[in-house]
Amino acid sequence: MNAPTIWIIAPAIFAILLFFITNQRALSILGGTMAVALALTAQFVPIETAMQVGSFSLKIDSTLSILGRALIIQPTEGPMLALIYGAASLWFFGAEASNTATRIVPFGLMIIALMVASIAVQPFLFAALFIEMAILLSIPLVTSIYTPPGRGVVRFLIYQTLAMPFILLAGWLLIGVETSPGDLALAAQSATMLGLGFAFLLAIFPLYNWVPMLVEETSPFIAGFIFWLLPTITIIFGAGFLDRYSWLRSSPELIIALRFTGLLMVVTGGLFAAFQRNLGRIMAYGTIADTGFSILALSLDSRLGIPILLLLIPARALGTAVWSLSLTVIKEHSETMRFGASRGILRIAPFAGTGIILATLSTGAFPLLAGFPARFALWEGLSRDSISAALWMGIGIIGLLTSAFRSLAVITMAEEYTSWQPRESLTQMLMLGLGMIGLFILGLFPQTMQFFLSNLPTMFEHLGR
Amino acid sequence: MALTFSWIAVVIIIATSVGLLLVRDWRTSIIMLSIQYVAMFILCLQHLPLGMASVKVVAGWMSAAILGMTRSGLSIPDVDEENNWPRGRLFRIFAAGMVGIIIAGVTSRVNAVMADAGIAVSAGSLLLIGMGLLHLGLTANILRITIGLMTILSGFEILYTAVEGSILVAALLAVIILGLALVGSYLMLASNAKEAESV
Repeated sequence: MNAPTIWIIAPAIFAILLFFITNQRALSILGGTMAVALALTAQFVPIETAMQVGSFSLKIDSTLSILGRALIIQPTEGPMLALIYGAASLWFFGAEASNTATRIVPFGLMIIALMVASIAVQPFLFAALFIEMAILLSIPLVTSIYTPPGRGVVRFLIYQTLAMPFILLAGWLLIGVETSPGDLALAAQSATMLGLGFAFLLAIFPLYNWVPMLVEETSPFIAGFIFWLLPTITIIFGAGFLDRYSWLRSSPELIIALRFTGLLMVVTGGLFAAFQRNLGRIMAYGTIADTGFSILALSLDSRLGIPILLLLIPARALGTAVWSLSLTVIKEHSETMRFGASRGILRIAPFAGTGIILATLSTGAFPLLAGFPARFALWEGLSRDSISAALWMGIGIIGLLTSAFRSLAVITMAEEYTSWQPRESLTQMLMLGLGMIGLFILGLFPQTMQFFLSNLPTMFEHLGR
Repeated sequence: MALTFSWIAVVIIIATSVGLLLVRDWRTSIIMLSIQYVAMFILCLQHLPLGMASVKVVAGWMSAAILGMTRSGLSIPDVDEENNWPRGRLFRIFAAGMVGIIIAGVTSRVNAVMADAGIAVSAGSLLLIGMGLLHLGLTANILRITIGLMTILSGFEILYTAVEGSILVAALLAVIILGLALVGSYLMLASNAKEAESV
C-alpha cells in the first residue's frame, strides 16, 4: 500500500463509480464521507512508519512509480492532505443543499485527486500538467451540456491552458539558472516565464475578467468550489518554487513583485467589489482579493508569511463555501443575483442572506470572523515592512467591507409590512447554520486550527524555518 | 537529410497555420489540423525516438477526429465572423505576416535559450504558438478556439521535446491534447443545444 494510491487513485476510482448514482442525498453523503475519511486518514495515519495492527504490520509507502517518474506524498504533507480533503467535504456535504451533487461530487473528487497528484509528482515542475488536466475536467463541471457556454467559461479554459506551457518552460529555465547562477539574463527570462504562468493560473490582474463572468454563468456553489481549490493548490505549488530555488527565495525583486501583485489584487478586488450591483460578482471580486491576501503573505519573511498563508487556507475554504452556498440559495428564490432582484431577499432566505453578509465580512477581515486572525497578522506583518503597503491593504479591506454593508442594505430593503416567509429547506438551513457557526469558531478560537496547521510548514524544506 | 525534412515541416506549418486562419469550412480546418500534426511529428523526431514522436501525432489525429466527428453531427452552420471588422481575410493575412516577422526576429534567440534545439525546430514551434495565439484573438467560435489552443500546445510540445524527453510528460501531454479535444466537443455540443432549441 502506498500513499498516492490512497489519496489520488482511490478517490479518482471512487469518483468514477459515483457517476452512476443520481440521488443527490446519497451522492452528497458518499462524497462527503469519503472526503472526511481521507482527511482523517491523512491526519492520523503516519506515512513511512510501520504500524502494528493485531498480528499484522502495516506500512504506507510514500512513493508510487509511474512511467519512470514518481508520485511521492511525504509524511510531512499529511496535514495538507487533511486540510484539502477536509475542506472538500464542506462542498460535498453542502452539495445536496445546492442541488449540484450530481456534478460537484464526482467531478470535484476527481479534480481534487488530480490536484493532490500535482502536489505529489516528482519532479515537482510536472505539477502544471496535472493542474491542466484538472482544469479540463472543470469544464463539464462549470457548464451543462444543455446550455451554451458563456464567455467566462471559454476565457477560463483559454487562460488556464496558457499557463501550463509558461510554467513548464520556466521550470526548465530555472534548472539552467541553478547551474549557472551568474547568468542574469537567464534568471530574468525564467522569472518572467514563471510570472506569466502564475499570472494566468492565479488569475492575476488584469487576467481575472473570467472570474466574475463565471459566477454569473454557472451555479455559484460550483464557481465557489473552483475559486477555492485552484488558487489554493496553485499557491502551494508557487510556494514550492520559492522553497526549491534559493536564488528565487532571496531575490528582493521577487519580494517586491509579489507584494505589488498581492496589493493590486487586494485593492482592485476590494474596490471593484464595493462598486458592484450584483451579489455574485461581489463574491468573485472577494475571492480575487482573497488570492491577493495569500500572495501578500508570500511576500513576507517566510517564518511569518508561511504560517499566515496556511492560516488563510481554512478561513478561505469555509468562507467561500458559506458564501457560494448562500448565493445558490438566493439564486433559487430570485431571478438574478442583481441588487434589483435581490431586494428584501432576507425575508425569504434569512440563513442565506446572513451567510452572504458573514462571509463577505469574514473576507473583509471583520473581527470575530474566520478571516480576521490571518488578515490581522498579515496586516501587522506588512506594516512592519512598509506602512504604505499596509495602507493599500487597508483600502482593499475597506472596499470589501463596503460591499458587505451594501449587500446588507439591499437584502434587508423590503417593502413596508412585508412579512417573513422563509423558503429555505431544512438541509439548506442546517448546512448554512453550521457554516456560519464555523466562521465564528475560526474567528473566536483560531488556535483550534493549530492542530492541523502546526506541523504544516514542515512540508517545505526551507520556507517557514 | 533530417534538416531538409525539418524545413519542409516548417513550410507545412506555415501553410497549415495560415490556412487555419483563413479557411471558413470546418472540414478543411480539421484536415489542416491533421496535416499540422504530421509536421509537428517531423520536428519532434529531431529530439525524440520514433515511438514517442508517434504518440504525439496519434494523439493529435485522434483529437482532430474527435472534433470532426462532433462537428459533423451538429446542424448549425459555421458562424460567419468575416462581417465583423477587423476579421476579413486581408486583415488575417496581414496579422499572420506580422506574427511571421516577429518570429523570424526572435527565433535565433529562442533557439539559443532552448539548448540549441535547432533553428527549424524553434521556428516551427514559435510559428505554431504565434499563429495559435492570433487564432484565439480573432475568434469566438468554440471549434476554432479549440483548434487555436491545440495549435499553441503543439508548438510548445515541439519546443519542450528539445529539453525534456520524459515518457510521463509525453503521456500526460497526449492526455491533455485528447482532453482538450473532448472539452472542445463538449462545449460545441453545449453551444448547439440552444441553436437546436431555436430551430
